[in-house]
Amino acid sequence: MKYIEEFRDPALARKLADAIRTAADPNRIYRFMEFCGGHTHAIARYGVEDLLPSNIRMIHGPGCPVCVLPVARVDEAIALASEHDVTLCTYADLMRVPGSKFDSLIKARARGADIRMVYSVTDALNIAAANPDRQVVFFAIGFETTTPPTAVAVKQAAARGLTNFTIHCNHVLTPAAMRAILGGHENGKAANVVLDGFVGPAHVSAVIGTAPYHEFTRDYAKPVVIAGFEPLDVMQAILQLVRQVNDGRAEVENEYTRAVTPSGNLKAQALVAEVFELRDRFDWRGLGTVPDSALQLRPAFTAFDAERRFPMDLPAGRENKACACGDILRGEKSPTDCPIYGNPCTPENPLGACMVSSEGACAAHWTYGRFREAETQKETA
Amino acid sequence: MTILRPGLSNTRPLDLARGKVDLSHGAGGRAMTQLIEEMFFASLGNEVLNREHDAALFTLPPGRVVMSTDSFVISPLFFPGGNIGSLAVHGTVNDLAMGGGVPKYLTAAFILEEGFALSDLALIVQAMAVAAAEAGVAIVSGDTKVVERGKGDGIFINTAGVGVVPDGVEIGGERARPGDAVLVSGTLGDHGVAVMSRRENLTFSTEILSDSRSLNDLVADMLAVVPGIRVLRDPTRGGLGATLNEIARQSGVGIELNETSLPIRPEVRSACELLGLDPLYVANEGKLIAICPADQAETLLAAMRTHPKGRDAAIVGQVLEDKRCFVRMKTGLGGTRMVDWMAGEQLPRIC
Repeated sequence: MKYIEEFRDPALARKLADAIRTAADPNRIYRFMEFCGGHTHAIARYGVEDLLPSNIRMIHGPGCPVCVLPVARVDEAIALASEHDVTLCTYADLMRVPGSKFDSLIKARARGADIRMVYSVTDALNIAAANPDRQVVFFAIGFETTTPPTAVAVKQAAARGLTNFTIHCNHVLTPAAMRAILGGHENGKAANVVLDGFVGPAHVSAVIGTAPYHEFTRDYAKPVVIAGFEPLDVMQAILQLVRQVNDGRAEVENEYTRAVTPSGNLKAQALVAEVFELRDRFDWRGLGTVPDSALQLRPAFTAFDAERRFPMDLPAGRENKACACGDILRGEKSPTDCPIYGNPCTPENPLGACMVSSEGACAAHWTYGRFREAETQKETA
Repeated sequence: MTILRPGLSNTRPLDLARGKVDLSHGAGGRAMTQLIEEMFFASLGNEVLNREHDAALFTLPPGRVVMSTDSFVISPLFFPGGNIGSLAVHGTVNDLAMGGGVPKYLTAAFILEEGFALSDLALIVQAMAVAAAEAGVAIVSGDTKVVERGKGDGIFINTAGVGVVPDGVEIGGERARPGDAVLVSGTLGDHGVAVMSRRENLTFSTEILSDSRSLNDLVADMLAVVPGIRVLRDPTRGGLGATLNEIARQSGVGIELNETSLPIRPEVRSACELLGLDPLYVANEGKLIAICPADQAETLLAAMRTHPKGRDAAIVGQVLEDKRCFVRMKTGLGGTRMVDWMAGEQLPRIC
């Protein structure tokens, strides 16, 4: 695999690890948040933590789309498929995310609901075209990376005159979430986490570019180093963050130059702007209600809005009370601080969303890092 | 080759070009007898099967008997490197071989869906015949059922088999001991990726073939050199990761893998990257895991590598003392991570 193996090279990793150790000031602690679940996954899967000195702490951020989806939206997906008799198309990760009362899409499917796992929104569009007598809803979820394909699908549905295709829109925005983490909004649950900098998103930045992150260096004095999802990318970004902190600098640096440009993918941005507009507010698991943090369809495309076609008035979603997903997503707690982590919450029996997706902080920690925990801990799997 | 009996002689032969399975093929009448004779006996016939008894009668050589059964429901039925028929023979032959047994006799039961093409059935049965001959086993008893259209997925096959374990061979998942070496017989993930690529209509510049094949000859060579092999397992569903976790739990030990030692084809690695899969959890149908005392590992490795089915064999890890029964891996990068039980199926990533 040309252009991938190079970014997993052990010899280079050792060199980078040495450089980080040399650069890091032993008299201070560095707290960096990797925003994206993709980074969390890479750090855990490749054992990057083993290569870092103990005074560099990686805090897992909220950049995992299924993790930040509030219970109420999962309940809506279940209700769409169960009560409105639609064909619900979703990415597979969402199937096991717990809704209220321990329900989930995978359970709804077992009860007979028509729920299809798809690899892309195009699959959902094709299902709608092939089944004109069925209402097909695509559960649109994700940060800026998955929004352009949804925009394309909505435009294609309009061009093809499909009257049985809608989307349930849950697309959210990265900068708004970073702002919420730094306590820069009024309505949400302001985070209370001490951070020295961000490992910035990879794929998201390929779409939005580096420009949106200047707000965080300017207004919050936090360095941001945009990094790819390979382990050496993450290590290089950590080195650059350490150097910025040591120098007292707060700049946007781009480690992921092979994919990210200052202005990003202008075509994708234009598509998104044509189809979507800002939602006034959106509820995030862990971050609360965050203004201007999500997207909805523009008036010209409301015919494709599942929330309008299938009005739902559900009781407020209920999170599992013992679950610390919220605190973990804000970076205030680590997975092992949660009282139900590992018992009874495991990837086989997830009670919180962070345990579902492989990009969730709890799942990554449990799946790849559990051996580091006390030898006395009971194996519950 | 077809042995037509009195009473069927005025029946037209099966239309193997355009014919379909219909409900009469499972009804116990003439049509069923014709299907059995022209399809199954014609390809799979042997002295025991041809006696047409309800139960096969045979004598096993002396020794302990291993017995195993497996059902095959694979989709698609035909995949690069094999089909459900060859797989059904290889699967059960390998399960017997992993018990240290020399496979001898198999049974085969077919659940056919109304409308299934007889031409496809013929290809599948012929593949079973080739696989059985190659493995040196005879299919000695069978069963055919037909279900209505929509109640099956073309064809399901169950095979069961018996074999004999030579004296002195003691193989079991509970026998791994701290310090033992862990070996694999070749590249990992080929079968799962071959099937997935066909299912998702992915095409690669080099076609990835399933590794589906019988391993009893390889096992015989291995046991001849190192009779003290403690564990043999074929990492099918759930791949190496799931199988090692099973062994660790059964033996009450930990296992540590070295990522850099794992034999994985570059094209399989690329396909897994694309599909969001971890090759450690992808199914194999022609590979085995062997665990033996460390001081015999090099001898065993050399024996495996001289066999064509073990050409890419490698020592990939060691057994550790660990009451938690964790499987972990030294990553290529220099860190360590768990190789956990898989939760549910492998889910594709969304961003």
